[in-house]
Amino acid sequence: MNNKLIQLFQTENKNLLNIYCTAGFPKKESTIEVILSLQKNGVDMVEVGMPYSDPIADGDVIQASNMVALNNGMTIELLFKQLNSAIKKIKVPIILMGYLNPVLQYGIEKFCTHAATAGVSGIILPDLPMYEYENLYKKYFLQNNLSFINLITPQTSTKRILEADNQSTGFIYAVSSSTTTGSTNLGENKKEYFEKISSLKLKNNLMIGFGISNKKTFNNACKYAAGAIIGSAYIKALAKNSNIEEATNSFIKTIR
Amino acid sequence: MKKNSLQIFSEPNSHGYYGEFGGAFIPEMLYDNIENLRQNYLKISSTKKFKQEFDLLLKDFAGRPTALYFAENLSKQYNTNIYLKREDLCHTGAHKVNNTIGQVLVALALGKKRIIAETGAGQHGVATATVCALKGLECVVYMGEKDIERQAPNVARMKMLGAKVIPATSGSKTLKDATNEAIRDWINNPIDTHYIIGSVVGPHPYPDMVAKFQSVISKEIKVQLFKKTGSQLPTHVIACVGGGSNAAGAFYHFLEEKKVKLIAVEAAGCGVNTGFSAATTLLGTTGILHGSKSLLMQTKDGQVVEPHSISAGLDYPGIGPMHANLFKTKRASFIAITDKEALNAAFNLSKSEGIIPALESAHALAALSKLNFKKNDIVVVNLSGRGDKDLNTYMKYL
Repeated sequence: MNNKLIQLFQTENKNLLNIYCTAGFPKKESTIEVILSLQKNGVDMVEVGMPYSDPIADGDVIQASNMVALNNGMTIELLFKQLNSAIKKIKVPIILMGYLNPVLQYGIEKFCTHAATAGVSGIILPDLPMYEYENLYKKYFLQNNLSFINLITPQTSTKRILEADNQSTGFIYAVSSSTTTGSTNLGENKKEYFEKISSLKLKNNLMIGFGISNKKTFNNACKYAAGAIIGSAYIKALAKNSNIEEATNSFIKTIR
Repeated sequence: MKKNSLQIFSEPNSHGYYGEFGGAFIPEMLYDNIENLRQNYLKISSTKKFKQEFDLLLKDFAGRPTALYFAENLSKQYNTNIYLKREDLCHTGAHKVNNTIGQVLVALALGKKRIIAETGAGQHGVATATVCALKGLECVVYMGEKDIERQAPNVARMKMLGAKVIPATSGSKTLKDATNEAIRDWINNPIDTHYIIGSVVGPHPYPDMVAKFQSVISKEIKVQLFKKTGSQLPTHVIACVGGGSNAAGAFYHFLEEKKVKLIAVEAAGCGVNTGFSAATTLLGTTGILHGSKSLLMQTKDGQVVEPHSISAGLDYPGIGPMHANLFKTKRASFIAITDKEALNAAFNLSKSEGIIPALESAHALAALSKLNFKKNDIVVVNLSGRGDKDLNTYMKYL
């Protein structure tokens, strides 16, 4: 099966907008409606969060959306069912983001197979270290043509950035500053960090996330990368307006 | 190859694994800090300067060695020889200070200016705040909202020692959630901050580092027991396990002595199968929480289950990877004690020996009635902490 994410980067690598949403939020059955309205509003890729009870890299907003989704009865199994049911309608590349434990309990081999069948292009598992991925899990991702997306931060050494680049397919997720998700400003002094990454001439495209919440921060991030990722700000918009279509449309207008 | 006979129980491999448990499952935002700690903790703690200061503070500040007390009345009750390792006599009232002294010295050697910690019963928070006060370090302690209510005296102590106590209001509002909040703080403050984990949990190298700082407990037991009995080795060592720091310390120097029976006591809460329990080895399956692979109470979908124990220090859905390996390899036996049995044991020790134990330690004492001893057995119970902090709970049963 073709990987839509890799195809996208082959034709486009500027000003790409990736929006994060939590599966099963705000309602258990909202997942597909949210994805399709993001698609309709021209979003280039959608990162779908698999809710977890202990999301340590996430701030208040995404934590709360995870709890709502879990209370709604959201599971990985159900997410795959939802994605399969809309597989013909979803054109935009889908990336699943989540924590390792629920994926391990689902069974990593089965997870990769089912993700690929459901049309998923890439996976982000922030608490799966590169060492463990390389030794135990890589083969399942390769077999299913799934992109594995590593995170890097301002603290990541050059050597490790190159290692992450070597291991990743799809893109590299550059965390803008040392923070959990949902911080409101993209650090002003990040120029040096992003320029350092540019100078390394990585094989993967770069997407910047964390602290991107509006047109200004999005445009700023796009100067240094193929695009940027927005999460908490969109979750907030969904929490405020129960009309998903309307909430999404007016939110995307504030970005580009 | 006989796997068990060759296995070293006390040391993880270079990736932090005890058998199949351990590792470092952390987001990239924490990688640099954890790696820095991994590369340096053994180097720092093996310098002469560190050892001298650590030993001096354990002696003059924490009040070590703590007594190994022959509990005559308790021994008569069980018709054997019971010794209590009196960690309750440590400064701040529990064994936790052994680890916080060690980690504060490591943090200073790493040039850190700010300390964060999680706490359940408040003992680790108090021990952290105490050593931070001594060394003039800023201290922030995360504590579950529910635990703040039930351990009010310890909250007051932390504040008096100059620490800031921040309530964890997510999830079950107990130790697990306090740990999540502490990890999030560290992600947001990676440069100047050291996170002092209070138990043998978390990503490598924490389980090993904490176990080594707590291992002074079993080191002392060996010397003290030899003086009293002519043998360094007891027949049994009993300790309670939440994350497992006091048990790690009490077991450590006996782990490779196969003759010594090691008994880890977990909190059954209202009963193992009631849905209100914290008996991780009985109810848990392999999973990942707070950066390591271990046994974990979770749903079939991998969501972490909220535990229950009357004792805030045992109210944790996981267990340290060293202990998970002791369970899996059967090197230690695991017993679960209910809230009620622990309370009875606490009242029994108070009346028969004049010692009010912490609710956590009361679980270890309650295990005595579940085991069969010979008259000549030498049984060491690690009395990990004193019961002053639990008076609010005890008062309900007077």
